[in-house]
Amino acid sequence: MAVDNNKLIEVDDLSVKFATPDGEITAVNGLSFGLERGQTFGIVGESGSGKSQSMLALMGLLAINGRASGRALFNGEDLLSLPAQRLNRIRGNRVAMIFQDPMTSLNPYLTVERQMTEVLELHKGLTRRSALSLAISTLEQVRIPDAARRIRMYPHEFSGGMRQRIMIAMALLCQPDLLIADEPTTALDVTVQAQTMALLRDLQRDFGTAIILITHDLGVVAGLCDQVMVLYGGRIMEQGSAESIFYRPTHPYTLGLLGAVPKLDHEGDRLLAIPGVPPNMAHLPAGCPFSERCTFVMERCATQRPALRPADSPTEADDEVAVLRACHREVIEITREAERVLP
Amino acid sequence: MLFFSRRKTLLDQLAQAAPHGRSLWADARTRFMRNKAAVVSLVLLLLVSAACIVGPAVLPHSFDSADWDSMSLPPTLKNMHWWGTDESGRDLLVRCLVGGRISLMVGLLATLASVAIGIAWGATAGFIGGKVDAFMMRIVDMMYAIPYLLIAILLVTILGREFYLVVLAITAFSWMDMARVVRGQTLSLRSMEFVEAARSIGVPTRRIIFSHIVPNLLGVVVIYTTVTVPSVILTESVLSFLGLGIQEPMTSWGVLIEDGTSVMEVSPWMLLFPGALLSMTLYCFNFIGDGLRDALDPKER
Amino acid sequence: MWSYTLRRLLATIPTLLAVITVSYILVHSAPGGPFDNEKQVSEAVLANLQAKYHLDLPPWQQYLHYLNNLLHGDLGASFRYADWSVNDLVAAALPVSLAIGGTAMLLSFVVGVGLGIAAALRQNSAADYGVMLVGNLGSVIPSFVMGPVLVLVFALWLHWLPAGGWDAFAPQYMVLPVALLTFINVATIARVMRGSLIEVLHSNFIRTARAKGLPTRVVVLRHALKPALLPVISVMGPLAISSITAALVTETIFSLPGIGKLIVNGAGNRDYTLVLGLVVLITVLAVLLNLLVDLAYAALDPKIRY
Repeated sequence: MAVDNNKLIEVDDLSVKFATPDGEITAVNGLSFGLERGQTFGIVGESGSGKSQSMLALMGLLAINGRASGRALFNGEDLLSLPAQRLNRIRGNRVAMIFQDPMTSLNPYLTVERQMTEVLELHKGLTRRSALSLAISTLEQVRIPDAARRIRMYPHEFSGGMRQRIMIAMALLCQPDLLIADEPTTALDVTVQAQTMALLRDLQRDFGTAIILITHDLGVVAGLCDQVMVLYGGRIMEQGSAESIFYRPTHPYTLGLLGAVPKLDHEGDRLLAIPGVPPNMAHLPAGCPFSERCTFVMERCATQRPALRPADSPTEADDEVAVLRACHREVIEITREAERVLP
Repeated sequence: MLFFSRRKTLLDQLAQAAPHGRSLWADARTRFMRNKAAVVSLVLLLLVSAACIVGPAVLPHSFDSADWDSMSLPPTLKNMHWWGTDESGRDLLVRCLVGGRISLMVGLLATLASVAIGIAWGATAGFIGGKVDAFMMRIVDMMYAIPYLLIAILLVTILGREFYLVVLAITAFSWMDMARVVRGQTLSLRSMEFVEAARSIGVPTRRIIFSHIVPNLLGVVVIYTTVTVPSVILTESVLSFLGLGIQEPMTSWGVLIEDGTSVMEVSPWMLLFPGALLSMTLYCFNFIGDGLRDALDPKER
Repeated sequence: MWSYTLRRLLATIPTLLAVITVSYILVHSAPGGPFDNEKQVSEAVLANLQAKYHLDLPPWQQYLHYLNNLLHGDLGASFRYADWSVNDLVAAALPVSLAIGGTAMLLSFVVGVGLGIAAALRQNSAADYGVMLVGNLGSVIPSFVMGPVLVLVFALWLHWLPAGGWDAFAPQYMVLPVALLTFINVATIARVMRGSLIEVLHSNFIRTARAKGLPTRVVVLRHALKPALLPVISVMGPLAISSITAALVTETIFSLPGIGKLIVNGAGNRDYTLVLGLVVLITVLAVLLNLLVDLAYAALDPKIRY
């Protein structure tokens, strides 16, 4: 793939393998995508689809037995091959990551103040005092009331939603170019989820930060992302603009995900659950990983892996980038079913 | 009629549903066997025990026969004094084996007693729960806060150094670990569904305890027994070393080590052999305990 | 924080009372002991006993007098020595035990924590296994075996250090005893530190710290160390208490005039009241030590305090 220098981040054939007592497991297999400044990108998939591991690989946070291959060019540098010192200058500074569980992601033994000021002291060389005032104002931006007093408290004295906002504030302290959010709302109450997503949207608009959002919840993606990538069993199933994925899904798995989302204005409809159980990453089929659960499965799906190719959709405008899909079925078969099943 | 047969079927189902029934033990045994350190330790321990039991009968010397020709000999082949002799000509090897009998026997008796007390205490506290549990565990905490050796010394000072009194003094402070662990296990078992189900169809409490809870306790009991034994043996050895344990004419490893200390400048083997024997035995128990813990609950590591 | 301290202090009282009472009753019932009318002691000792224990009063009054004495810090009279009260004997012996025990505790903490951290950061390397193996030896070989061996090697064979004895805190007499106690404790501390640090390093908040670009040194020292130390602190309590019992052995082996030697000799002499007084003293110390550990734990962990 040619390197596009306008892109903030360019991931090329990213794979992540883990060495386990049961053999080598490939959690992420051949991801490629690009993101421009200020864009938002959603990675959607079930647990075990590899979505988190792919981003942990970018940040150099894989477990000891994990190994990443491929390239991830960020401002011209390949994150996957940087020495630790260089990577540390980028992490928390130009690229930041927030995690799923705010309860355990903040250090319970340090005050919020310490955990925030250390980032500024390290990356921006600020003194304690100026770091403190910048931290307080960032907390105010994420709508923590009484921030000047509260910053001296410990994480366990805040609610879950507030802790996530603290994490977001902490990630944005150095005004990074890219924010990776790994299931930021999954562990929160539903009402708080909406608030947090709204906050992310506003911050993205104000700071111009590019966001990669990892989630299993399509509803969350719908509100925020420009581009979407759907993963299953470590591989890309479908990839394209959010609009295409949502309104013109071309892959059975995407169709299943969309059908499984309850809609408020359709009472009495049955939810389309995707039959079967999540894949065993140690024993994936040779062909398409989704073949075991796919309602459109054909004979060759289990043995012949479909390549990721652009879909030729007749309803597309000429200048739109084509959706990429990995499926043996024709596009038209899926879109027909989509129109039948989805409102 | 129908009611009774349904109840019996339910009971049978409950008996089978008792978790980790058969497969845990077979599985555990395989895992244990794979742990080389534990297996070697087990073999060594059995050898030592066999030697202590049978050895003195087989070897030519008795533990108190003074051989005036062979006083203070270092380990030698002469006269089959393989581990040397003390200043009265008594053979060290035989004395070590006889002492081993006492040390191991104290270990066994005190362990059995503390295990029994511990299980009874812990299972009762865990099963009854509430204030009774809180009170019983408070007593356990208090016992922990007391330096046990002191009270053992006090007891021995006042009551004397008879063999059974020494065992008693040691037992008094060795049951708490077992009680704590058994109580924890009972608490978690008590709230499991199969126990609730049994109670709801009227299975008597006693039967619940014996048929359902006790088999699941066996795992932790076995582990903590192998932890208790070395601790008890050590306590006896310390007491004896300080001159406050086993009395003449009986001997134990602790006594032998103390004797060895007083002549170690001249006859270091008097200290080193019993010391090594005791250390090795304790080491073996540790490995076996670790191996059992791994085998019965692998995720603990 | 102070209310927490007070509460914990109050909670220790039942334990103390229980131990004191049980010990007192035991001593009281000892045949030939100080409370037995058949005892055979010198006039001077009898006078002392009478003064401290009020032997002609009914038993429960004697008990109350005893408690009263304790509250005033009077540990009683010796059953064997007329010239010294228990307090006198303790005053001479306690500093020795504290010097040895305190130094050893401090040293084992520092060395143990250091070794534990080093082993955790080089997990499964040769250095890690080596440290753990040697450490294990320390906790399995009994103190009364290792002590004499140390004396054998360093005093009798190499002549580097004296085999025992004491001379007003002169360092050469302290080296071997402190070394013995340290060796025994370092193993446990290092092992707990290592395990605890490894576990903390797998926490989510450590992942966050690394994601912020903090260098490893900062992650370990600022973020991981405090939570990792908590189990170590917890284990210091029981270790300190077992040091008391270790002192009995150590002072016997090295002929140190400390509390341990006092107890062993007292027990050997059947000096009941001395042993009683010492048991009370040491239990109080042990309970206070436990309290200190609890407070240190609460000081480190912000979640516990209130």
